[in-house]
Amino acid sequence: MVDAAASTKGDLHLTNIVKEFGDFRAVDDLSLVIPEGSFFALLGPSGCGKTTTLRMIAGLEEPTSGKIAIGGTDITYAKPYARPVNTVFQNYALFPHLTIFENVAFGLRRRGVKDIKETVSKVLELVELEHLAQRKPSQLSGGQQQRIAVARAIVNRPALLLLDEPLGALDLKLRRQMQIELKWIQTEVGLTFVHVTHDQEEAMTMANTIAVMNEGRIEQMGSPVELYESPRTVFVANFLGQSNLVKGKIEGSNGNNIQVSVHGNRISVPSARNFAKDNAEKSVLIGIRPEKISIERPEDNSLGGGIITDISFVGVSTQFQIQMPWGQELSVFEQNDGGASHLQKGDTVSLSWKPAFTFALDGTADVDAGTTVNPEEI
Amino acid sequence: MAFVAVAAKRSSLVRGLKRPSTPYLLLIPGLAWLLLFFIVPIFTLASTSTQTPASSNEIGAYVQTFRFANYIDAFSGAQEQFFRSILYALIATLLALGISYPLAYAIAFRSGKWKNLLLVLVIAPFFTSFLLRTIAWKQILGSEGPVVTVLRSLHILGPQAGLTASAFAVVTGMTYNFLPFMTLPLYASLERIDPRTLEAASDLYANGITTFRKVTFPLSLPGVVAGTLLTFIPAAGDYINSTLLGNPRTKMIGNVIESRFFQIVDYPTAAALSFMLMAAILILVTVYVRRAGTEELV
Repeated sequence: MVDAAASTKGDLHLTNIVKEFGDFRAVDDLSLVIPEGSFFALLGPSGCGKTTTLRMIAGLEEPTSGKIAIGGTDITYAKPYARPVNTVFQNYALFPHLTIFENVAFGLRRRGVKDIKETVSKVLELVELEHLAQRKPSQLSGGQQQRIAVARAIVNRPALLLLDEPLGALDLKLRRQMQIELKWIQTEVGLTFVHVTHDQEEAMTMANTIAVMNEGRIEQMGSPVELYESPRTVFVANFLGQSNLVKGKIEGSNGNNIQVSVHGNRISVPSARNFAKDNAEKSVLIGIRPEKISIERPEDNSLGGGIITDISFVGVSTQFQIQMPWGQELSVFEQNDGGASHLQKGDTVSLSWKPAFTFALDGTADVDAGTTVNPEEI
Repeated sequence: MAFVAVAAKRSSLVRGLKRPSTPYLLLIPGLAWLLLFFIVPIFTLASTSTQTPASSNEIGAYVQTFRFANYIDAFSGAQEQFFRSILYALIATLLALGISYPLAYAIAFRSGKWKNLLLVLVIAPFFTSFLLRTIAWKQILGSEGPVVTVLRSLHILGPQAGLTASAFAVVTGMTYNFLPFMTLPLYASLERIDPRTLEAASDLYANGITTFRKVTFPLSLPGVVAGTLLTFIPAAGDYINSTLLGNPRTKMIGNVIESRFFQIVDYPTAAALSFMLMAAILILVTVYVRRAGTEELV
């Protein structure tokens, strides 16, 4: 049994974790290392296995096979109450019959910690709710309950803090505020945070490292910038932000670039950004983010003959839908700096971008992977 | 703009006229019921309790003389049965709580797809008559019944000893008969507990027993209070179990009231006993609810 109070801190290691519910494989041979002190996000659509993974780390589910360890201590089969891990639950799961003070003190009392009063006051001060200590949870607003749930977990100084969609029940404005607050708390207390979310914006705002999960596996792991700028799979390209993916065929390479023929146009992609697997047809999907494309300014990569089918003004930018000669619709975001203001529906335009922004993905993959999921669904 | 404001004002006026009367109208049937079948009988009973026999000496004829000493007479005559009733009801309530809590817990948290079937089974006995079910216990506990046969073969009971016509049989019958009244409120309060609060407790270093003591049980207290009241109150006034499963030494206050009313036709004593039983239950219940409500749960 792991001594929870001793808090053997360290990196979290998940090794070949498999979790099956009957015939359904929720988590499929997942391995990852979460370094101590990091803010780590598990991002994915509903049913991708992220919550199951979190529950296995918390000890609320047992893996079918594989190993979970914190700083060298195997905790795979340790009971939840015997792990140096605390969880902020999705609906907060505060104890309705206890005061806020007693809710926060719950873990300390179970571990027989001394100076409970001082420790609890300090953490309530951290979440700026010390004046509500004697209230019951039902007398607090959603945002306040959320902060108490965080306080109740971090007061125990766990080696690992797990957050299961902690902001899902809050409205948009409060959610943004809590994102910043949680990030601040994380730097303040210096604990390892593992955050599960389906909201890509939330994951990118808060985490140092994001693992994008799909169907029980990690699609790609890296910093928010890395995942956004260089997605390695179609799922990641579509799930994180928007991508234009166009089918093409590799024609050859010159030095640092590969040449791809896209419906008769020649497109260059940096070899380092070619994530396509070799296949007999040499087919690839070339990808470009909508904001990287320019309608007016000529660049080395260019696709001509597009017709504007829709223009929507969204404040900082204008979004264009452009139908290409082969029927596919591509998106372009133009900054509202006066450059593209004269464009109208029905205009024929060329789309241009710098080769360095292009990426190439597996040509045999489903182009729509990661787009059909409803991100609001939990 | 102005038009909208006027329209809004008018509709609030209309509603203002209509709204208050409807709830009062809806209250009338309930109030009438209470008045007719609760308030009026209570006063009749109170008035009967201080009457004395009419001078005609006709059986069942009493006149109002405000003789409050009726209460003292009634109590001194039935003191033993009075305290026995409270004791039996208390034991039956505790036994029912002990049996029902694990049952309700299992149905609420562990029964999965069997939940509805199990709930129906809890209520199923109500489909047969209360009397028949109590008589059935005579068979179960009878000298040829399974319980006695087993206990005799284990030499726990002597060859001549039996279980019927005893305090044991009366309390067993009461426990059985009032079990659903304990199980259903317990189930309702346990079922309402968010399983995630239990997960949160175990996440916060509480093992199974501590989680039960600190979270599950305190959260189920409303059900415990409701269940014990629904069991204790009717059990304290019950006389069927004692009549069918007991002997003269297990007579309860209900038996005394029944015989005073219907056999001896001594209405004032019966009424006085009924009032005292009601008062005793009210006092016990008030103390109990107060205590359960303000108890330090942490």
